[in-house]
Amino acid sequence: MATLIKNRQIVTQLSPPDLVLEPTDDPALVAGAVGLARVIAVNFPKFSDGRGYSIARLLRERYGYRGELRAIGEVGRDHLHAMAQCGFDAFELRPGEDPQEALRAFSDFSDQYQATAAQPAPLFRRRAPE
Amino acid sequence: MYRYDDIDQRLVDERVAQFRDQTRRFLDGKLSEDDFRALRLRNGLYVQRYAPMLRIAIPYGLLSSRQLRKLADIARKYDRGYGHFSTRQNLQLNWPKLEEVPEILAELATVEMHAIQTSGNCVRNITTDHFAGVAKDEIVDSFVWCELIRQWSTFHPEFNYLPRKFKIAVNGAAADRAATLVHDIGLHAVKNSENEVGFRVIVGGGLGRTPFIGHVIREFLPWPQLLTYLEAIMRVYNRYGRRDNLNKARIKILVKERGPGKFGEEVEAEWTHLKDGPATLTEAEVRRVEGRFTRPQYEALPESDVGLDSKLAGDRGFYNWHRRNVHPHKQPGYTAVTLSLKKTGVPPGDMTSIQMERIAELADHYSFGELRVTHEQNLVFADVRQAELPGLWQELRELGLATPNIGLLTNIIACPGGDFCSLANAKSIPVAEAIQRRFDDLDYLHDIGELDLNISGCINACGHHHVGHIGILGVDKNGEEWYQVTIGGAQQGKIGRIIGPSFARAAVPDVIERLIETYLELRDSEHERFVDTVHRIGIEPFKTSVYGNPDQKSTDRHAALAA
Repeated sequence: MATLIKNRQIVTQLSPPDLVLEPTDDPALVAGAVGLARVIAVNFPKFSDGRGYSIARLLRERYGYRGELRAIGEVGRDHLHAMAQCGFDAFELRPGEDPQEALRAFSDFSDQYQATAAQPAPLFRRRAPE
Repeated sequence: MYRYDDIDQRLVDERVAQFRDQTRRFLDGKLSEDDFRALRLRNGLYVQRYAPMLRIAIPYGLLSSRQLRKLADIARKYDRGYGHFSTRQNLQLNWPKLEEVPEILAELATVEMHAIQTSGNCVRNITTDHFAGVAKDEIVDSFVWCELIRQWSTFHPEFNYLPRKFKIAVNGAAADRAATLVHDIGLHAVKNSENEVGFRVIVGGGLGRTPFIGHVIREFLPWPQLLTYLEAIMRVYNRYGRRDNLNKARIKILVKERGPGKFGEEVEAEWTHLKDGPATLTEAEVRRVEGRFTRPQYEALPESDVGLDSKLAGDRGFYNWHRRNVHPHKQPGYTAVTLSLKKTGVPPGDMTSIQMERIAELADHYSFGELRVTHEQNLVFADVRQAELPGLWQELRELGLATPNIGLLTNIIACPGGDFCSLANAKSIPVAEAIQRRFDDLDYLHDIGELDLNISGCINACGHHHVGHIGILGVDKNGEEWYQVTIGGAQQGKIGRIIGPSFARAAVPDVIERLIETYLELRDSEHERFVDTVHRIGIEPFKTSVYGNPDQKSTDRHAALAA
């Protein structure tokens, strides 16, 4: 029974995706569909294949996708924080992942230096002046 | 030193907690070997030939005495009382226990240190010139830019699972002392005709199996766009770098396969979307980071010191050391001093806890409590008053750190090699020692002059042998350790050429001696360096002198039997 997360909560089901992108897919080719799709899934066949992170950011930041962006494939607890920063808001974790452990992942870090899909202003633009 | 603010410290503390939890889950059997491997590498933890190896980051090579004391302490408490300075300005401990590593990281965090991203397929330690901030030919203080890049690259969520490791070097001076041309990205500070600061961007350099010199993809990148441009390069690499073959996964392969021109165009195309975006650096942010660096309170001193001049005239040993190990400084009356970690008989780059503590004391006394680690595995006190040099020299001699060989043959750069590393084909440390013993005559060394000798135990080239004036590479032939020799490499952008078939270990000092003799015979003056002679006359005369002699082959056989 795979752990499913949406908006940082455990859910019992997720709807079938309208589109599934593989690491080699170019999000530009589906840019036209972003207004229509409600669920786009991005596959991580191996967690070491980091192309899905770029695909997610492009979908969110370049093509303005606002629907559910789901990470599927070899998705483990320790990948969730970075995935969320890149714009994923739903996760279908690989088998064997503990749901409560998984939720804790989102609070691994309280902030980040970089501009991200989740937070477009980098830290240096948000720091209080000294 | 860069002083952490609350957020910098908090992020490091959170990382420690994260890794502690990951280690616990691994030891409890909840994380597989493969899963944990990716996580521990991103915290610098390798499992090596005999034991785990922990690579601690020394961002851009800059260390405080307080940090050095903590490293000494950690080496003593968790390891065998010594550490190894690497060619990327990091410190490696070779024997810590896996279950103790979270504790080590927690201790490091108390002195603003960590092992973040010192391994794994992510952006590694940003390295630079060990004379940053004090060099006479400085264009910008590269420490500030390195820190800006460090923050941008730390826990970058998009670039944590790249095709392969990623190494960035920054050069802020006219001369390149940061080997930027053999990094994945090299950045040269430049000023345009309006005196504005920018960076020449070089991509696709690297050593290892397929050594390449990097290509300039942009001559002038205005400084505010540094991060937006880096982001564009990294995204192109993350998306299109090869993932089918580990040996073809570095960015240098992508640049080669696309062609530098086309690659540059792809970066520029991505950059048009990022340029001037939120990641554009501001004057305020650069000033803020600059302001968080401590600066020495220099005294107003005269350009030269009478006491120093007379000591130089009167003491040959001091003179020799001053000539090789003391360097000019932009502040009148000050110098930069290299502490040589290359004493014969000591593995290059190694330092005991006791030495670390003594050096911390010396740094406090002589150099404002700070020091640098060089990519040649030595240390630098960057701000020493000329008047204090005789005193410092005495103290360094007592510690075995005053070998007057900086820039000379016996300033060997070597990876830990087969004694420590499970990737090695051959040992590097005994080779270094044998060469140092053979060339222990200082006058002879001075006569030979400037010579970079680098030793790598395998093709991963952690000893940077490709860019040694003489390079030695450990190879495996039928399960035995043999050594291949290259000549004519240079950090500033030349890959060495192999002179011929490999040698048994015992023959290596003979080969080096033969190369040196050939050089001394054929150089056009005492001012022509070994590497310049090689470039002028080519490698043939050297090949002939080493291989051409039929007696040499039987020497090899005898040496091989004896070895």
